[in-house]
Amino acid sequence: MGEPLRSVPAMNHDSYPDNYIRGILNTVKSIAMVGASEKENRPSYFAFKYLLERGYHMIPVNPGHAGEMMLGQRIYARLTDIAESVDMVDIFRGSQYALPIVQEALKLKPRPQAIWMQLGVRNDEAAALAEANGLKVVMNRCPKIEYGRLSSEIAWMGVNTRTISSKKATIGGIQRMSLSRMSVPGGATEAADRVQREEGGH
Amino acid sequence: MSERIPGFATLAVHAGAQPDPTTGARATPIYQTTSYVFESVDHAASLFGLQTFGNIYTRIGNPTNAVLEERVAALEGGTAGLAVASGHAAQVLVFHCLLQPGDEFVASKKLYGGSINQFNHAFKNFGWNVVWADPDDIASFERAISPKTKAIFSESIANPGGVITDMAAVSQIAKRAGVPYIVDNTLATPYLCKPFDHGADIVVHSLTKFLGGHGNSIAGMIVDGGTFNWSRERRYPMLCEPRPEYHGIVLHETFGNFAFAIACRVLALRDIGSALSPFNAFLVLTGIETLPLRMQKHCDNTQAVAEWISTHPKVAWVSYPGLPGDRYHNLAKKYCPNGAGAVFTFGLKGGYDAGVKLVSNVKLFSHLANIGDTRSLIIHPASTTHRQLTDAQKIQAGAGPDVVRLSIGIEDKEDIIADLEQGLAD
Repeated sequence: MGEPLRSVPAMNHDSYPDNYIRGILNTVKSIAMVGASEKENRPSYFAFKYLLERGYHMIPVNPGHAGEMMLGQRIYARLTDIAESVDMVDIFRGSQYALPIVQEALKLKPRPQAIWMQLGVRNDEAAALAEANGLKVVMNRCPKIEYGRLSSEIAWMGVNTRTISSKKATIGGIQRMSLSRMSVPGGATEAADRVQREEGGH
Repeated sequence: MSERIPGFATLAVHAGAQPDPTTGARATPIYQTTSYVFESVDHAASLFGLQTFGNIYTRIGNPTNAVLEERVAALEGGTAGLAVASGHAAQVLVFHCLLQPGDEFVASKKLYGGSINQFNHAFKNFGWNVVWADPDDIASFERAISPKTKAIFSESIANPGGVITDMAAVSQIAKRAGVPYIVDNTLATPYLCKPFDHGADIVVHSLTKFLGGHGNSIAGMIVDGGTFNWSRERRYPMLCEPRPEYHGIVLHETFGNFAFAIACRVLALRDIGSALSPFNAFLVLTGIETLPLRMQKHCDNTQAVAEWISTHPKVAWVSYPGLPGDRYHNLAKKYCPNGAGAVFTFGLKGGYDAGVKLVSNVKLFSHLANIGDTRSLIIHPASTTHRQLTDAQKIQAGAGPDVVRLSIGIEDKEDIIADLEQGLAD
C-alpha cells in the first residue's frame, strides 16, 4: 500500500499564514468558480467580477445556466466540461457539496493546484482528500476579501487587514494595489475568530 | 512557522499605515480631496455597486480616514472601523443601522451626560426609545428587555463617576436577548480595556478624548467586532434584507463579519453625512501613535493624585476605581488591570462654594468642559455643565453641589498635586 502523494503538509484550517494565502493567489491564473451566479446582487457575482478585474481567468460553473455567458465568460455545467486547464477551484456551494466537487476536481488533467471553499463553507473530509492528493486547500475564506486584505485595498473600506508593513506597496492602476506587497501579521481579530470557530462562519 | 503577532504599542504606531505607494511619504498624507477619479466607466460602476474596494467621495470614505479606521479597529481587535465627525455622530449612525421607529434599546444610566441627552431627547424624535438600566444592578438590564429591544448600550469606564460596568455579565444578557451589545470605550481606550474580549459586539469612541489625546480635534469611531450573527437574528433589515439602495444586495451575506461597519458607511454615513475631516483624522492618528505612553502616564498620575487627595482634610470622598476601598476596585482590576483611567470625581466638605473656589484658584488645571487632554482639566459640574438642573437632579446625575471632576494630564504628578494643594488652601 503506497502512501498517497503528499506534496503539501495538512494545514491548520482555523488560521492560515498570510504567505500561504498570498502564495496561492499569486500563483494561480485560472479559477473555476462552482456556483457562480449571474445575478448582480449575489456575493458570488461580486467575487467573480472583482477577481476578473484583477486579471484572473475566471471560468463560471453552474449547471442551471450552462452555455450562457457571464461577464463575457462562458458558463460550464461541470468542472469536467472545461476544456482548458484550471489552476484553482473556488467552491461557492454549501459545505455538503464540497466533497463531490473535490472528487470531480481531482479528475481534471492537469490537476488544479488549489481548492478554495468560500466564506461559510467548510468540509474537512473534502479538504483532507484534496490535501492527500497534493492540492492546497483554503476553507471558510473569500478570495476577493483575501486579495483585498493582502493588497491592502480593502483598508479603504476601514477593514482591519490584520497586516502591517514598512514597505511601499506597488500600485496596479488607479485605486488598484498589487498583491505582491510585503507584510507581517498585524491586528488580530480574536473575538470574531472565536465566533467563526464556534458557528462555522456567518 | 508560527507568525509573530505584534504588540499593542507596535500596532499603535503601524496599523493601517504604510508608506504612500505613489510618493513614498512615510507619515500618512492628508488626502484633502472631496472626490477620486475613476479608471473607467466600469470601475465607477463597480465602486458604486460595492463590487470593488475604493474611494468615491470623502463623505463616504477617505484614504487618511481609512488609516485611522484600520488603526483603531486593530487596537480594539475588531474587524473594521468607521471614522465619523464626533462620538455623538458615531452613536447616531450605529443606532440608525439597528433601530426602526418604535424600537427600544437598553442603556446604562451611568453615562456621559451628552449621551444621556442624546438618548433622551434627540433619539426620541427618531422614534428610538431608550430604556434605562442600572450598572450597579445587572439584573435591571434583563428586566428592561422587551420584544422591541434591539440593542444594549453601556460605557466600559463610565464618565464621570468612575463606574466600571461588568461587561461580561451584560453581554450574557445581550446574548440571551439576541441583540448586539454596544460599548462606548472612550474613557478606557483599548490600551486599558478591550470590550470585544468581554462580549461586546460593537465599540464606539469619542476619539476627541484620550485616543486623539491632545485636545485639538473632535472625532468619533465605530468598530465592528465581527461577532454578531445578523442573518440568524433576522431583526435588522439594514444588515440581513436586500437593500434597494444597492440593487438588492444583502450586506451581511456579502461582507460577512465586517458587514456592520460597511452598513454604517454605505447606508448610514452616506445618507446622514456626519463625515470626519481628513485633517482631523491626521491629528488623531498622530495622537494614537503615543497612546500607550500617554495612557500609562495618565493612569499613573491619576492614581497618585487620587491617593493624595483622598487624605486631604477638606475632601469628603473620592470616587476612583484605582483606590483599594472603591466599590468598583475589583471590577477595575478585572477589566482595566493597567490603570483605572484618568477621570474621577471627588466631593468637597465645603460644598458648592468650595467647588467654585477651587476651580477659580487652580493655576495649572484648565477650567473647561472636556476630558482626555495632555493637560490636566477641572470642572465643577454644579456651576457649569449641570447648572440648569435642580439640586435633586444634580445629585441624581452625580453632579451634586460638592462634586468636582478632574481629568488628569501627563504633566509631572508633583506639579499637579501642588496645584490642587494651593487651590484647596485657605
